[in-house]
Formats: sequence, C-alpha cells, structure tokens
Amino acid sequence: MGKGFIGRSVPRLEDRPLLEGRGRFAADISFPDQLHMRVVRSSHAHGKIMSIDADAARAMPGVHAIWTAQNVTEIPPIDFRLTPVKGLEPYRQRVLATERVRYVGEPVAVIFAESAYLAEDAAEQVVVEVEELPVVLRATQKPAEFAPSLTTEPVVIRKGYGDVDAAFKTAHGVVELELSIGRHSGVPMETRGAIARYDAARDMLEMYGAAKVPHWNRDQIARLLGRAPASVNLFEGHVGGGFGIRGELYPEDVLVCAAALRFKRPVKWIEDRREHLLAANHSRQQTHRIRAAIDRAGRILAIDDDFFHDQGAYVRTHGATVPDLAAAMLPGPYRVPAYRAAGHIRLTNKTPGGTYRAPGRFESTFVRERLLDAIAAKVKIDTVEVRRRNLIASAEMPYTLGLDTLGTKIVYDSGDYARLLDKALAGISWEKTQAQLKKRRAAGERVGLGLAMFVEKSGLGPSDLVRIAVEPSGEIEVVTGSASVGQGMETVLAQICADTLGVDYARVRIIHGQTDRIEQGGGAYASRVTVMTGEATRRAAAALREMALNVAAGLMQTTPAALDIANGEITRKDRTGASMQIGDVALAMSKNSERLIAEGFYEYSHMVYPYGLHIAQLRVDAETGGVAIERYLVAYDIGRAVNPMLIEGQIVGGVAQGLGGALYEEFLYDDNGEPLCVNFADYLMPTANEIPRVEIILTEDAPSPLNPLGLKGAGEAGANAVGAAIAAAIDDALQMPGAVTQLPVSPQRLKAIMQKKV
Amino acid sequence: MTEKSNITLNINGRNHAIGVEPRRTLADAIREDCGQTGTHIGCEHGVCGACTVIVDGEPVRSCLMFAVQAAGKKIRTVEGLAKGDELHPMQRAFMEHHGLQCGFCTPGFLMLAVGVLEREPDISNEDLLDVLASNLCRCTGYQNIIKAVRAAAAEMRGAR
Repeated sequence: MGKGFIGRSVPRLEDRPLLEGRGRFAADISFPDQLHMRVVRSSHAHGKIMSIDADAARAMPGVHAIWTAQNVTEIPPIDFRLTPVKGLEPYRQRVLATERVRYVGEPVAVIFAESAYLAEDAAEQVVVEVEELPVVLRATQKPAEFAPSLTTEPVVIRKGYGDVDAAFKTAHGVVELELSIGRHSGVPMETRGAIARYDAARDMLEMYGAAKVPHWNRDQIARLLGRAPASVNLFEGHVGGGFGIRGELYPEDVLVCAAALRFKRPVKWIEDRREHLLAANHSRQQTHRIRAAIDRAGRILAIDDDFFHDQGAYVRTHGATVPDLAAAMLPGPYRVPAYRAAGHIRLTNKTPGGTYRAPGRFESTFVRERLLDAIAAKVKIDTVEVRRRNLIASAEMPYTLGLDTLGTKIVYDSGDYARLLDKALAGISWEKTQAQLKKRRAAGERVGLGLAMFVEKSGLGPSDLVRIAVEPSGEIEVVTGSASVGQGMETVLAQICADTLGVDYARVRIIHGQTDRIEQGGGAYASRVTVMTGEATRRAAAALREMALNVAAGLMQTTPAALDIANGEITRKDRTGASMQIGDVALAMSKNSERLIAEGFYEYSHMVYPYGLHIAQLRVDAETGGVAIERYLVAYDIGRAVNPMLIEGQIVGGVAQGLGGALYEEFLYDDNGEPLCVNFADYLMPTANEIPRVEIILTEDAPSPLNPLGLKGAGEAGANAVGAAIAAAIDDALQMPGAVTQLPVSPQRLKAIMQKKV
Repeated sequence: MTEKSNITLNINGRNHAIGVEPRRTLADAIREDCGQTGTHIGCEHGVCGACTVIVDGEPVRSCLMFAVQAAGKKIRTVEGLAKGDELHPMQRAFMEHHGLQCGFCTPGFLMLAVGVLEREPDISNEDLLDVLASNLCRCTGYQNIIKAVRAAAAEMRGAR
C-alpha cells in the first residue's frame, strides 16, 4: 500500500490558486459580447400584479430586452430535487412571478443590457403596480388561502412508531415545551452567479457558475428549456461557500440559460448582497410544541411533537427535506420507545426556504436537548445524568430507529454515545468547571455551562461514479461528478486514491463538477462526498491498481502478487530486479491502444450516522444582554478521519455558523412582510471577535461497518448542536432552567428573560 | 452618468489605461477593466472586506472607493503578493494553518493583514484581532486565520 495519506493532515491541493488570486469564481467568468442580466424584484410581500410598465426602461441606451412572465410562459415551475412529497407541486416557483407576487424579492422582470451598470439603471425604471393582499407571516397562524382551493398548509409530515397515547396515559410525568428557531441561512461570502452561452456550432448550451449538484441541474435545465440533457453542459469553477443553499437550481439560473438560447449571446448574472439576502434560500424557522412522557427516573417513555415549518412563499428544490429531517432526526441518541411527530409545512409571504448546514438537525437538536434539560429539572437530576439514563447503548448497535427520511430507513450503523460523553466531560473537566462557575456566580457573575448531544447523518446515496486514469507521464486524474464547495474534497479524494493505488497524493488531480467529463454525479450535500465519492474513489483506485499490477507482471515477467506499488513505483516485494513507474505501465498499454483506466461505482441505500456533543461555557452581561463564549468544546466521532485538519476546519466553521444562528443572525420582517435585514449591517454574521477558540475531541471509536474504510461525514457536526448548547449554558448562567425557548438569543431577548426573573 | 474619464490605475506596478464612469467603483475597475479578478466583491457596502486592496500603503475597501479616486496611486492586490513562484509569508501561513476553505474571502484577509503588518509590525495580539474582525469569513470560524496571521507576523518581523 501507499505511504499512509489517510489519517494525515496533509496540506490542501486546493490552496495555491486561491491564495494567489487565481481562483475562478462565477463573477470571474466572462465571454465576449456578453449581456448582463438584472432582476427586477417585488417590493410587495403579497399582491396581485396589475401592470408592469417597462417602456421607459426599454428605451434606455444599452438595454437589449426586458422580460416579464409573459415572455417565459413555456418554462414550467422548478421541480423538487429532494423529498418530493405529494401535494407540494402547486407550490413550486415559476422563474418570473405570474399574476401574484408572494414575497419581497420575488423576480418579476429581468433586464438584459450591455453592462451591469446599465442593467441596474434600467431595472430602477421598471414600474410594477401591485394590488396588495393580506400577508401571512407566521407559520403558527391559522392556514389561509394560497390560491383558490389551496391553503397555506399543503402537507403535514407525519412520522412515528409505538403507542404514544398509551405511554402518556401511564406516564409518571409529562414535560411540555414550546420552542422556536429563528429564520437565518448559510449566506456564503460569494453571492450567487450564473453565466450561460449558446454554442450554435455544436448546438450546445453551457452554464458556468454551477455548484453543488451540476448533473441534476443540467438535467433540470434541459427539461425546463425543452432540450436533450446531452445538449446542455454545466461547469463548476471555484465556489465561494455552499452550506446547503448555494448550487440549488434557482429562477435566475434558468433565466440566463433561456436568454442565452434566445439571444444567441452569452448572458451573465451576478447577484448583489441585498438580492442574496432577499432571494436565496432562507432556512431554519420552526416552532415546536413538544411533550415527553417520562417515568419516575426521568426515562423517556414517549415523545409527541407538533411543529410548524415556515417554508416561505414557495416550495423550492428541497421539497419537504427540512421538516422531514427535523421529524426523523429528533429522537437523536436517546431511546424513545414511542414517538410521534407532525410537521406542518406552512407557506408564508417571506423568502422561500431550503436547507442550511445540518438542516432539520440544528432545529431538532435544539428542541430535543431543551426537552432533556426540562426532564432533568422535572425529576431533579442533573443534565448529564438525564442523558446517561436515556442514551442508546453501544450494545444496541446497529440501532433501527423505526423511522425513515430522504427515502432511507434510519439505522444508526455504529456508535458508543456514553463513551464519547465521558471523553467530552473529561475534556472540559466538567465537575471542576461547574464548581468554579458556581463560585463565580456566587460572586455575582452570570456564568454557565451547557451541553447538548446529537446524532448526525451523512453519506446520502444513492450512488457515485468515479473514473481514474493514469497517463504515460505518471499524472493521475480522478474524474467525479461530485462537487467542491470549498470543503477540501479534492485533497480528501486524492488521499484516498493515493493510499489505495500507491502514489503520492500531490500527483493526483481531481476533476469535479464538469458534466461533459462524466455522465453522472451525486454532488456535494448531506455530508456525502467523503463517504460516497470516497468509497467510489477507493473502488476505482483498487481496480486500477489491480490492472496496473497485472500488466506490470507481464512486463516484469513475474506474478502480480509478487509486486507492490509505492510512491508510483512498481517493484518486486522482495526488492530484487528492475522496477518501473506506474506511468510506464500506461505507456506500455498505450502502444496496444489501451489505457490504464478504471471505474469505481458505489451504490448504497443507507446513510451512516456519526455523532457528537457540544459543551459551551459562557458569560452573560446583565447590562447589555450580550453573551461572551469562554470555552467551546466539540466531541465528535467521525468513524475514520481521512484528514483531521480538514475535519477540524469543518467543525470550527460549523460552530461559527451555529453561533450566528444561536445568538446573532435572524431575518426579521415588519408587519407588512417587509424584510428588515437586507445588508450586513442588519444581518449580523459573527466576526473574529465573536468566535472563540474551539476545543475539539475527534474520535474514531465507531468506524462505519457499511464501507471498508469506516468513513462517516464531517460537514455538519459543528453547526448541529450550537443552539442547544448555548441555550443550556445561558439557563445555567442565569440559574433559570428552561429560560431559553427561542433562538437566536439576541440581547433584547436575553434582557427580557432576565427581567422575568426579577 | 455614462461620460467616461480616462485614468491610469497602477496595479502591482503595472499601468492600466482605462476609461471609466465617475461612479465606477475601484473594485469593478480592478476586476472588469484591468482583468485582475483576484480581488473579490462580497457585499458592495463596505462590511465584508472581501474586496480589500492596499492603496498607497493602506488597506481599503475597493467597493467603497471610486476608480477615479485611485488614479495615480499605487494599488496592490492579491496577485502581487507572491514573488514569482515564491509565496508571500502570509500566503504560506494561510496554507500551513488551513486558514482558507472556499477561498473567496482570502484575498481580502491577505491584503488586510499584510497592509496592517507592514505599517504596524509590532501590533499587539489584541489589536490584530480587532483588525481581523473587520473582515467576514463564512467557512473557517476565523481561528485558523488568526493563527496564520500571527505566524506570518512573527516571520515578517524576523525578516526586518
């Protein structure tokens, strides 16, 4: 085998061009004679479109064309990529608003002009007359009319098992909570962008600026525009952050493609930040009414959760993914004998929602862990003990939960939750720290410690294909339909390829996100790349190694079993005789018109389930209502760490985003549905001042039995439990169990909580 | 607004003769008119700092400056940091400390940190943190950026 790249924190292959300013992000792509698209967006939250007057704009110099819905009637609404629950279809979004506008920011018209500045000038001259309709702004309010014979509650997601009602009847006690998570989102530093061009010579439509799921988007664009998928190609360049929201198919992507076809000129669209905060997917907003039936010792007998998911104005590509995951992942690491969840998908007159890093889990972990803390308070045991009494034991693995999500049955593949809890408590010196904080509280400080546990999911299938070729020069090219959103997937796949094949990882080139290079690709979401694409890479590399050894054995007049490949060199295991470079094998094969190339295909219908916990220590400022994080610890079992440095990077970055959602970030609206947070002065993302050093305990106690390397995903562990841990720590700081019921815990909300105490 | 003035922007020692409207931002001029796309635009209202460049020795938000205001001044962008194939200590430190993930905010952080450390090589850790808190990153959680800048600061001080 190779030098052992798996498990080492080798530097990233991605870094150099990014550090030199030679990245190719969407806005960096331009083509001669391109038109610039600017979107005219609704300034009303809900209303009938009475007229759109674009005459003045159309007459401006440099304006090529202006489209409204009338110009794109043949383009169907954008379909669901995931979780296409029946009943959601009438709620899909069309690329331009037709008859009604349903949120501030909805595309109403598009301008095509010779420069971005001219397009923006023209957009300001378009007058959209709207007759206002009543707005729905809360998912908890009674469903209203969405359209004739359609209400704003298209679907209720129902999941469960066991006899919940019987459990509540015989329970020793019942704990009941109402908890809310605020509306916020991924907000990558690069805004969205798309550049389309039509190559008439090859009858090929091309789109640059693709991300996350280029193959699915290629197929959809082809369908929406009535073309064969083979006549559309998408190209992913550098992607400035994903986090769930970026790379989904949005109206603007379809519009640039339609325009490039119609005008036979390249069309470029780059979103500005205000548009991004108005128009790219929001996420997270839910209210849960949850009850637990418990026995005398605080053991859970049943959980019953009724929750309201604020979907915003339309159901976009994610379908019912977020509420589905919230309902399915809520039980977490605990034994819940009977369970019932009802997730009400509710449309509101706000920006449509989609996924955001740890979708459904940031929310349900907050809710579940608040519930555990409330149970502890009810039976008067501490918050660690209540968890110990309810955790699923390692002997119960694999653990069939009795629920399904995203088309898979949930079976926790491996895990030792109690062991990780012990390690984390030791890592933070839990009892000692608690004693110190108690002393500080006695001296008047408001300091507290809180913990939250979770089960993650990763490695969503159904399949991935990888093709690896060795060139006569010795260069190794791995082609995958997966995508890079900046997470470091090139390095990780190169490490897996290098170890399996027996080469240096730095010689491995990863090609991703190019639909003309490989016929299928799952893409980058759901912490799936290391698991799915990683295993496909391992399979391809193993097949390639076998082929190389077979050919080399013929050339070296020995048997494959007598040979080894290390650092790209094929030698006899007994170190006698000549050796050859792996590229020489490819060269020898090329003389017979053969290539040293192999494919790996990995198909799997179950996800893998990493797990972890967060511990927060913080101080509340009674004057300002501010929160300062003093210590933050994440313990996480990854199964098998391919590159610990990158995993820790994922975790710390996730914690920062989680802290944003727990304390600072929220898309607020006034009573008319006017968004109040449309710039970075009002939408507060954490800076270097707010993010503490994060202590990380990364363990490999429970490798996945479902793939040979034992891989699990790393993308979402950092974000998952931040809201829950921060809430618990604030409760502790204020010595008010159950005080935090709503995220984010803004200074205003925290001051209101403190006033309640007096 | 469409009347253009002819100006020369000096970017990384090279002159670019361009014609710009008075309202054209320096960021757009650097990227679109001079073809230096390493400077990124993240918010266009001066908060995120992705577009930070060094103008006459001082880090500035190029989205908040008009191109005409930078005429005749010495502009440095991320493309000018490395000497040929040899990375600047700040670039190397970002690589060694995993100070970047998607890399979109990275040019802004590099120019901010280099600009400040060239002016104030002995800046305290606390003040340095305050400076770094003026740019936004969404991937890293900042800790590795801080580590990288501190490591590069030590190296830059040693090289004096």
